[in-house]
Amino acid sequence: MNIEHTDEQWTEIIRPKSSLFDIKLKELWSYRDLVLLFVKRDFVKDYKQTILGPLWFFIQPLIQTLTFFFIFSKVAKIGTGKLPPILFYLSGITIWTYFADCFNKTSTIFISNAAVFGKVYFPRLVTPISIVISSMVKFGIQLLLFILIYTYYLVFEKVDIHLNFTILLFPFYVLIMATLGLGLGIIFSSLTTKYKDLVFLLQFGIQLLMYATPVIYPLANLSPKYKSYLLMNPITPIVEAIRYGLFGDGIFDIWYLAYSLLFSIIILIVGVLLFNKVEKSFMDTI
Amino acid sequence: MSNTVIRVEHLYKQYKLGVVSTRTISHDLNRWWHKVRNLEDPYLKVSIENDRTKKGSSDYVWALEDINFDVQQGDVLGIVGKNGAGKSTLLKILSKVTNPTKGQIKVKGRIASLLEVGTGFNPELTGKENIYLNGAILGMTKREITSKLDEIIDFSGVERYLDTPVKRYSSGMYVRLAFGVAAHLEPEILIIDEVLAVGDAEFQKKCLGKMKDVSTQGRTVLFVSHNMSAVNSLCTKGILLQHGKVIKTGTATEITDFYQKNAIGLNTSKSWEISSIYENINPLQIKLITKDHQPIEKILVTDEFGVEIIYKVNNSNYKPVPTIRFLGLGDEVAFATVNPTISSTNVAEGIYKSIVWIPANFLNEGHYRIGLSISTLAPLVIHYNDNDCINIEVIDDLNAPTRNEYKGKMQGFVRPLLKWENSKI
Repeated sequence: MNIEHTDEQWTEIIRPKSSLFDIKLKELWSYRDLVLLFVKRDFVKDYKQTILGPLWFFIQPLIQTLTFFFIFSKVAKIGTGKLPPILFYLSGITIWTYFADCFNKTSTIFISNAAVFGKVYFPRLVTPISIVISSMVKFGIQLLLFILIYTYYLVFEKVDIHLNFTILLFPFYVLIMATLGLGLGIIFSSLTTKYKDLVFLLQFGIQLLMYATPVIYPLANLSPKYKSYLLMNPITPIVEAIRYGLFGDGIFDIWYLAYSLLFSIIILIVGVLLFNKVEKSFMDTI
Repeated sequence: MSNTVIRVEHLYKQYKLGVVSTRTISHDLNRWWHKVRNLEDPYLKVSIENDRTKKGSSDYVWALEDINFDVQQGDVLGIVGKNGAGKSTLLKILSKVTNPTKGQIKVKGRIASLLEVGTGFNPELTGKENIYLNGAILGMTKREITSKLDEIIDFSGVERYLDTPVKRYSSGMYVRLAFGVAAHLEPEILIIDEVLAVGDAEFQKKCLGKMKDVSTQGRTVLFVSHNMSAVNSLCTKGILLQHGKVIKTGTATEITDFYQKNAIGLNTSKSWEISSIYENINPLQIKLITKDHQPIEKILVTDEFGVEIIYKVNNSNYKPVPTIRFLGLGDEVAFATVNPTISSTNVAEGIYKSIVWIPANFLNEGHYRIGLSISTLAPLVIHYNDNDCINIEVIDDLNAPTRNEYKGKMQGFVRPLLKWENSKI
């Protein structure tokens, strides 16, 4: 090697595993256009050549709500507190769907993008981030549906619901869910590159998690013993707090929310570190 | 004053063989246990040669082993080697798709690879949408793409189909569009992996032109191929890989020469001992020569060369008729040529030499085996017969007259320059 070259300006050095904390956020930022294009792609590809197109965003939660209404409210006779079941389920489903989407879709990133990842380099975090954003857009659209039905119940049915100022925290709730969904998703996607069994676990795991979240029943219905178990689930305080903000019925507690926030942030940090480690070698193991 | 844009230093890449998911946890734990005790990774043992044909003793294999080379700005570097020599692994590391196990590569400037064009194309999206998406995947910003959009559309010639989903495209259009995006990246370093195999002739010409543009603009091209012909005519420098090691670096001509002389299985001569098993006629030597009767180093489509045979006649009762056969890698015979003159008379005992000249612009590019037989015709006696005397690769010149302007793969064993007559009627 020539010694006179040592002071040359290399723009990049490709090395084996660099440090665990070398996350290259600046590089990620320079790929922001790609994030937006991925969001657009996720949108367009799903509804091209469908007759109803984006209407499916409405149909999915509606049908699910009706199903829940018949099964849990009519057949199983599970109470929904003071709230009309339809409104109760729809709020729960809309919120839950966003979290589950973030989690579900980011958890298979390495496997479903292996073809692209195997050929081109770009910061891999672009993919899960774009998924979280495109799910957020879908969530926004579904929220419109909710607002429509909410208004109907408020104006025509004169239901006793109290919108209150805590709903101003709504963006913050969404952010926690996004953080948690993204964090869990990339943890699983990192692990599934080596241990594919996790894919199977995840499929029903998320479904089970829904039943451990007050989506189809209010937390207040539970005995204190179960309640404390359920509050260990970081999504529980979010769902309850959103319902409190919307209906004045639910549990709003700063400490529970702080717990959710802290939990989500830790999960995200663990996720990013793990993801960062895996993205460099996964092509050889997948 | 040369400017090094890529420096590869002691680069290693290890792969694990066999079923990946079994026993990895135990290996992981073992690794971790060694790390805790500050010992070297037990699976990183150097120097198990990556020869796929031999069964190795280890589960791990070095796809690349101690690779070192520099690339100067403006070089068109051909990376050649047989399948499995480590070319693709090297490229994958260069394009950051996978990590090296040890060592490092220093890079100056943006690298774009055409490892496979059209990466990330989504069949449901329109041509235009895919230009943006693909461009962004390859590292362009939206603004850069917009400023190049017209050029890309023009280059790929799919203007009419821009708003059609690419799943309706013909494969040629698809590749053109994909290559168009990649070619307009304007990276400082461009990696190309045999994309020339696809597309029609006109398009291939455009691609080659683009490659030349890129290199004349002072940018650097890494061209990966196992096609000696393309390397010979496109590259300025080359490196030859074999079993994950660099065997030779030099100019493109040096590399192709070296490959011809040393590549496994290739040889340009064969000798025989004088032996009693050749009772009547004893072959002594067969070799390829240039038209100046010098030992040949490489065989170009556009060069005349000779096949020289030397043999000893022990018994003057037999008329020796040497025959030379050119065969493909299988047993199919491309052509055979019989010595038309020597058998007209019996020849006296002694040592004889016959040369058959293969004209320039006659063979196609590719691998040939050359077989020799020496017979007597009436009555037929075969004194010697072997189809595997010589093994060569004929290298193409993309400017050969037998191609006109076609740059793609030519069919057939031979593609002679024949007389054509053209007239308007």
